[in-house]
Amino acid sequence: MDEQLTVSASPHIRAEESTRSVMLDMLIVLSIAPLPLAVYFFGWRSLSITLLSVTCCVVFEYLYRKLLKKPNSLGDLSAPVTGMLFAFTLPVTAPYWLVALGAFFAVVVVKQLYGGLGKNFLNPALSARVFLSGFASLAVYVRPLLEEGERVPVLGPFNAAAVAQATPLSVLKDAEQLSLNGLPLNVFSWQDLFFGQIPGNIGEVSAAVLLLGGLYLLIRRVIRLRIPLAFLGTVALLTFLFPRGLPEGDTVSLWIFNTSVDYMLFHLLSGGLILGAVFMATDYATGPVTPRGQWIFGVGCGALTVFIRTFGAVAEGVWYAILLMNTVVWLLDRTCAPRRFGRRWLRRE
Amino acid sequence: MFHRFRGGVHPPDMKAATRHKPVETLPPPERVILPMSMHEGSPCEPVVRPDQEIFMGQIIADSAAVVSSPIHSPVSGRVQSIELHPHPNGTRVLSIFIENDGRDIPHESIHPKGSVESLTSEQLLRAIRDAGIVGMGGVAYPAHVKIAAARGKCETVVINAAESEPYITSDHRLMLEAPEEILGGLRVLMKLLEPKRAVIAVESNKRDAAEALRRTLPGKTKIELVTLRARYPQGSERQIVKSITGRETPPGELPSDIGCAVFNAATAAALHRAVTTGQPLVRRIVTVSGSAVANAKNLDVRFGTPLADIFKATGGFREPPAKVMMGGPMMGVAQHDLSAPLIKGCGALIAFAKGDVPAKGDEICIRCGRCVGVCPAHLLPIYLYMNERNNRLKELERLRLNDCIECGACAYICPGRLHLVHSMVTGKQKLASVKKEAG
Repeated sequence: MDEQLTVSASPHIRAEESTRSVMLDMLIVLSIAPLPLAVYFFGWRSLSITLLSVTCCVVFEYLYRKLLKKPNSLGDLSAPVTGMLFAFTLPVTAPYWLVALGAFFAVVVVKQLYGGLGKNFLNPALSARVFLSGFASLAVYVRPLLEEGERVPVLGPFNAAAVAQATPLSVLKDAEQLSLNGLPLNVFSWQDLFFGQIPGNIGEVSAAVLLLGGLYLLIRRVIRLRIPLAFLGTVALLTFLFPRGLPEGDTVSLWIFNTSVDYMLFHLLSGGLILGAVFMATDYATGPVTPRGQWIFGVGCGALTVFIRTFGAVAEGVWYAILLMNTVVWLLDRTCAPRRFGRRWLRRE
Repeated sequence: MFHRFRGGVHPPDMKAATRHKPVETLPPPERVILPMSMHEGSPCEPVVRPDQEIFMGQIIADSAAVVSSPIHSPVSGRVQSIELHPHPNGTRVLSIFIENDGRDIPHESIHPKGSVESLTSEQLLRAIRDAGIVGMGGVAYPAHVKIAAARGKCETVVINAAESEPYITSDHRLMLEAPEEILGGLRVLMKLLEPKRAVIAVESNKRDAAEALRRTLPGKTKIELVTLRARYPQGSERQIVKSITGRETPPGELPSDIGCAVFNAATAAALHRAVTTGQPLVRRIVTVSGSAVANAKNLDVRFGTPLADIFKATGGFREPPAKVMMGGPMMGVAQHDLSAPLIKGCGALIAFAKGDVPAKGDEICIRCGRCVGVCPAHLLPIYLYMNERNNRLKELERLRLNDCIECGACAYICPGRLHLVHSMVTGKQKLASVKKEAG
């Protein structure tokens, strides 16, 4: 009987949570919250883009590991999560071949070439999106809730120009750069911005739904509050302190917002900020592991986002901000270790 | 708010199986096996020879070393042989086999030592040493050495009744059934250490035990009952000191260096018995539990009883055990040979059926950082693991590997199922061997 006893190092019990269960939670949140809303706002093509992206990620990961004779890693479910997140950063007009190309870049170039899950230092979905950002066809956004006939079809040609509409952030950028007096952003109401009835990438438009999803992840302890809070808090603080487009005395040069709170809310609710803060910056592999490092990482993401949105040529800065912060994670991990236990209590004389 | 430390985990406590079960006394076996190393420190040398008649409580092995503790016979009878035998730590250790005559004739040295007040400190320390008392929370450090080291600088004496490991209820039952023994032991410690504070610390999930202790306390007393947050490893010495005093024991130092002395509840009860009845440490309460055990129980067992006999006494196994641990599931030592005997530091025997033994799988770190969040020693287990794997010993030192208390919280929480504790232990061995080579 004794030969059958397993001898191994302690501990002899493990928490239920596994890599797979963590990824499954992510998949559940992404598919029950932002995805149906994307279909509602932008039509079935949102779903087909997402499905294609997920399929490509899974197939590329499988093939890569098969060809290199590495153990199959599909069971950890990280490939479909990358697929969904990547799809959510795309506009509904994205051509399918670009979706496939992006999925290849995300899974093979950014993730597997660096050793696979946990070894990549850049967020795969965001890297792929930035890799493709030069394609003009990915800069075409359409109005949400189009009539059946006007919607971008799942298959077949479409005339995007007829239904195109600039995103709130690009409207703001244009207004600032061209100093267009009275180009009002009030085509978008606060409700539209909050619930997501605005042009944008398919998974990023609805602040409300993304925040709810984040709440679920927080309760399930898949993510911690530090990074999203620091990220959003920094954006809120900086935009509140340095608003633009407010009335300046009598000279109404660029009057878009009434108060700095308006300016702050506009930045918080537009673009990929909440998707980025809740679902991308919290990526384990590409974020810091220590509490202090996570606070600094979040603040850095927020500051870079505002910096790029304010001074950059592009309207949106979230992707670049997160990727830039990804590159300093090693430094944060090295310098932000917890205080040594007992250091505060030096020997009594 | 409960008293707390940073980090830790809260595994399902699994204590329901035994927390309401009164302690049953297990009759001693026909033969007991006493390894020469039942404690932390220098092993003992036998002071008896084969065929010698032995009385219960007689010293059968001792050592002149400072950090050591004598071993007594838990039964009366005859020395059968002295030979190597499997030890619960996985090695083979010189052990004395004693044939039990079943009469439990006490040795002449067993008699009450007098009241705590009437004895001098030196007499008390002598009695504690002669009774072979060691820490019963697991490490089994000789109690008289710990007390001697803390004397003259002790501000707070703590009775550790946290019992934060899952499954174990032996201290819980002791608090319910013999709270006066724990208090008696604390009085012995207070006399020896003259602390400013005397604390009995219980986790918040054992309110009935705290209540039993409270009822036993005299009306006016300086003894405090402190409720700790139920969180593993609350029962670890450095963590319980932090929770109670707010002080962190500096690296490389002991709690006694910052004015604290911590004793397990069962150790306190043993101190009390050694002084009031003169009984040496020859038995203890053991929780026998786990999914493979037919009837989980709390048993009062003599040392030297083979582990297999203890399981048999509870009604055997429900199904063949796949893993047996001495101690709790977080820090316990996996057993491969159940002929090994019960030793002083063992408060629990847990047997897992196949379904409770985690399957072997790929270890993949996804850098989630949970290990960092739960580490009560403020370390970065993830980086310790990676550097140990890559043999970067300088980094291990920079990352303070030797501060690791091997509590297992990191490995417990890890969703990638890394064998973190194994890696920490291996890393420490690597560091030690390098140091040895360097002279």
